[in-house]
Amino acid sequence: MNVPMKVTVNGKLHALDVEPRMLLVEMVREQLDLTGTHVGCDTTYCGACTVLLNGAAVKSCTMFAVQADGAEITTVEGLEKDGQLHPIQKAFGDAYGLQCGYCTPGLMLSTLQLLSENKQPDEKDMRKAIAGNTCRCTGYQNVLKAMQLAAQNMKGA
Amino acid sequence: MRSKREWRRRGETKFLVIPSAARNLLLCFANDERPTTNDDFMTDFSIIGKSIAMVDAAGKTTGSGKYTDDLSVPGMLIGKILHSPYPHARIKRIDTSRAEKLDGVVTVVVGSDAPNPYGILPVGHDEYALALDKVRYVGDNVACVAAVDEFTAERALELIDVEYELLPAYFDPEDSMKAETNLIHDNKPNNIEKDYHHVFGDPEKGFAEADRIAEARFIANEVTHAAMEPHSTLAAFEIDPQTGNPGRLIVQSSTQVPYYLQHKLSLVLEMQMSQIRVIKPLVGGGFGGKSEVIPLEIIAAIAARKAKAPVKITYTREEVFWAHRGRPRTIVDLKTGVKNDGSITAVKARVVQDGGAYCSYGVVTILYSGALLGALYDIPNIQYDGYRVLTNKPVCGAMRGHGTVNVRFAFETQLDELAAAIGMDPAEIRQHNLLKPPCVTVNGLRVQSYGLPECIEKVVERSGWRQRKGKMPRGRGLGVACSHYVSGAANSIIRSDMPHSTVNIKIDRDGGVVVYTGASDIGQGSDTMVAQITAETLGCTIARVRVIAADTDLTPIDIGSYSSRVTFMNGNATLRAAQDVKKQIATAAARKMNCEPGDLIFRSDVVSKKNGLQGPRGDGRPRPSGQAEPGSASPSVSGHVEGQILRGSLQQKRKDEGPKEQLSFEEAVVAAIDFHGALSGTGSYAPPLDARGGKHKGAGVGPSPAYSYSAQVAEVSVDEETGEVTVHKVWASHDCGRALNPVSVEGQIIGSVWMGMGQALTEEMVWKDGMLMNPGLLEYRSPSSVESPEVEAIIVESIDPEGPFGAKECSEGSLAATIPAISNAIYDAVGVRLHECPFTPERVLAALRAKNNAKRINLTEGVDPTSPARFREHGGSLWYRGKGPERHPLDPSRTETPAAVAGDD
Repeated sequence: MNVPMKVTVNGKLHALDVEPRMLLVEMVREQLDLTGTHVGCDTTYCGACTVLLNGAAVKSCTMFAVQADGAEITTVEGLEKDGQLHPIQKAFGDAYGLQCGYCTPGLMLSTLQLLSENKQPDEKDMRKAIAGNTCRCTGYQNVLKAMQLAAQNMKGA
Repeated sequence: MRSKREWRRRGETKFLVIPSAARNLLLCFANDERPTTNDDFMTDFSIIGKSIAMVDAAGKTTGSGKYTDDLSVPGMLIGKILHSPYPHARIKRIDTSRAEKLDGVVTVVVGSDAPNPYGILPVGHDEYALALDKVRYVGDNVACVAAVDEFTAERALELIDVEYELLPAYFDPEDSMKAETNLIHDNKPNNIEKDYHHVFGDPEKGFAEADRIAEARFIANEVTHAAMEPHSTLAAFEIDPQTGNPGRLIVQSSTQVPYYLQHKLSLVLEMQMSQIRVIKPLVGGGFGGKSEVIPLEIIAAIAARKAKAPVKITYTREEVFWAHRGRPRTIVDLKTGVKNDGSITAVKARVVQDGGAYCSYGVVTILYSGALLGALYDIPNIQYDGYRVLTNKPVCGAMRGHGTVNVRFAFETQLDELAAAIGMDPAEIRQHNLLKPPCVTVNGLRVQSYGLPECIEKVVERSGWRQRKGKMPRGRGLGVACSHYVSGAANSIIRSDMPHSTVNIKIDRDGGVVVYTGASDIGQGSDTMVAQITAETLGCTIARVRVIAADTDLTPIDIGSYSSRVTFMNGNATLRAAQDVKKQIATAAARKMNCEPGDLIFRSDVVSKKNGLQGPRGDGRPRPSGQAEPGSASPSVSGHVEGQILRGSLQQKRKDEGPKEQLSFEEAVVAAIDFHGALSGTGSYAPPLDARGGKHKGAGVGPSPAYSYSAQVAEVSVDEETGEVTVHKVWASHDCGRALNPVSVEGQIIGSVWMGMGQALTEEMVWKDGMLMNPGLLEYRSPSSVESPEVEAIIVESIDPEGPFGAKECSEGSLAATIPAISNAIYDAVGVRLHECPFTPERVLAALRAKNNAKRINLTEGVDPTSPARFREHGGSLWYRGKGPERHPLDPSRTETPAAVAGDD
């Protein structure tokens, strides 16, 4: 029944046997124990489960795990490099871009995709980039400030 | 005229004679009720008032922080709950045998496994973890399967046979109030959970004195919290090492109220509270939705007990909508009278709340709706008739701005209408009716700090109100409104003399400070607040402070994160605990430094002497008078020193070392530990008696030690072709007493305004025959990032005399002003008054057409939830377990005769 698959998650290659009906988010959370990726709505709306799949932000509750066979996935746990917070992580903390933090991993990964494509996004670009991420705490205002700060920090890097 | 008005003044006179906030602050610290240290007189704080990042931010940005559903333990089972597909039915029979036989199923629990009723309020113990004999809403809990994985548990649910006998159901509160048979709860005649009838002053006389009276019906439809983290609970029993049987219960849960959860678990499982440990991991938002015991929290424990294995249950998003506990649909019949000079003479409100199937916080909600008509403006005469009504729908409870929001929408909109009628500026009419604190309102609410005047001035100034109001192009407008909220309820849910918060602090030998607080951080930042107050008081860096929160085995009782009480109450307890431990450090440090404890300053990790105090004691210099620490033991050589147990070693040290001019924080701590043996302190907080309200029935709800105040101006545009309303900007000022962490306060103000805007424009729970038509985030429609306007948060600091460093509430009070600010702005833009929220394009267009006397096109057909028969099919398609929508068999619009239906799901 199970299907063998190989997937690189946060730079580490995993060979897994998964049920064909297993969702990507279930694989990430339950098989790989990377619980920083959250489930908020079960219906591909809220974006709490956002991961990067070959660099593109996708909602991991929308995909089957087997569809990620051979792909490269980045989760929130993969943002930190050599014990240093990623500039986006730092910016979300410093600019108070989070409150409860449940949506934050998804927001940061959507931000990463935006900033890898557009180094100097304006407010409209930023709002659009996170339109698929729901946050119930912040009203998005400080999230946008954090994104702005992240863009500045990454420009210097 | 105003001077003739009678105030019921109570409280201590020392609060009454000092008008200025700064002097109030000084006076409050002279109050014997709170411990005093010299540093309290300081206003140049090193940590308080500075914007700092959350102390738990890194856990949230790295993914290493754990929410409940992220937890797993060996041998853990997954629980899934079977919900009722019917709104009102008797359970004739439940057969779980087929489910139990399924491979991988460990146990199935039903109502008889835990038959004790419970509820968050002592007067509302009407819920069962799993239904005993009756289900009362679509989504009510019937049975739970615990299995090796989620898939197996879901399959097992389909094998549970339940036979229901359908009963007539009630979906509209005004119909439900007329019910005489088939009551939802047998002991609640007419399906009325509770009704209150309050008269304060002389409303009839007040209306007789009025020059203008407005009277209208307002409707605010039902909304829900939709916190991003779905509820989750992991329950496990420890094995008793002596008997080998299940012993203590450990529950980790997404809760705002660990203490109440422990209490209710104790009640239902018939275990002593000391045998139950409740731990709150990270919580992904609450907004009130986790402020009471949610069925899954008890069901998980029952299942774990029967399965003899840990059980985790996590709701799907659809289940979160059924669990609900949100803001009820509220019908407000409101009458307000004003004089031509703008003075409000009387208010009469009849409020009907559609509470859903169980009591929940209902009694409190309906009382808040009436009580908080007071304490914002000076209203001399109030009549209030409140009805909390039961219906066969998911249960309403507490939601951000609990009880006040919908009535505030009605009142602020009506006040705007009256201002227009007497030709007065809407901001001015509000300024004309201000309270004159300190005072006690006509309904017994004590008001001390009152930043509303400044709040109104600020938003009027920043929004360019005077230059722009009424002068904008057609279709664009400005509206103003105000609101307020409690800084914690002065009376706890379970009446007792227990303090509402207690905090312990322990300091390690290396200067590490550990705070044990029951405060539940649900994303609002209470851990950060606790760390700030501790570090400021002890004069150490915040990096030294570690907060251990919300674990009933470790942390003293705090009654929970609700009614915006945590900063005020837990903050005060933290302040006192820190002062307690600081006193101990000071006595030891003073001996080392050869001075009085009161002469020491704790700041930036250094303990030093006050300016001008140098050299050994007895140098003849005058000591600043009145600054000695009252009640603190003076460590004179012959005197008794509290807590001194190491006299010998101390004397030895004295011989070895000469007096020091200053000590590092670690040195001072070491001195204290050497001296006292251990370094720990405790502080607690209970609201003062004179803030606990009047004596009338229901007077316990509404009183608070302090109220926050908010004023807002919203700028909107209205598309007259489509009826679409766009909010461009909101100026929101909020009196939070003192902003302990300004960036956090702003975050709370913005979040409140944003959530209020959601209720104003898009958010609405849509019902059809008791069935929720939009139980998903896509269909529920909270504003997205592209629809969210800029909110200019303006902090107003009134420095409350009793708040910690003067702080008050900041997380809820702003929400209520947003809805009427928007409705008033719509009036300014296009000249129509909207009396029902959310202000959807359909409702706006209907109002515009009515105003223009256009031929009435019934665009709203099917949108009015009061007429279920005409209800529009809404986007939601998530019918329970694949069953298509079907009309209730007893619905009068059906011709078939009612029949018992055997459910097989």
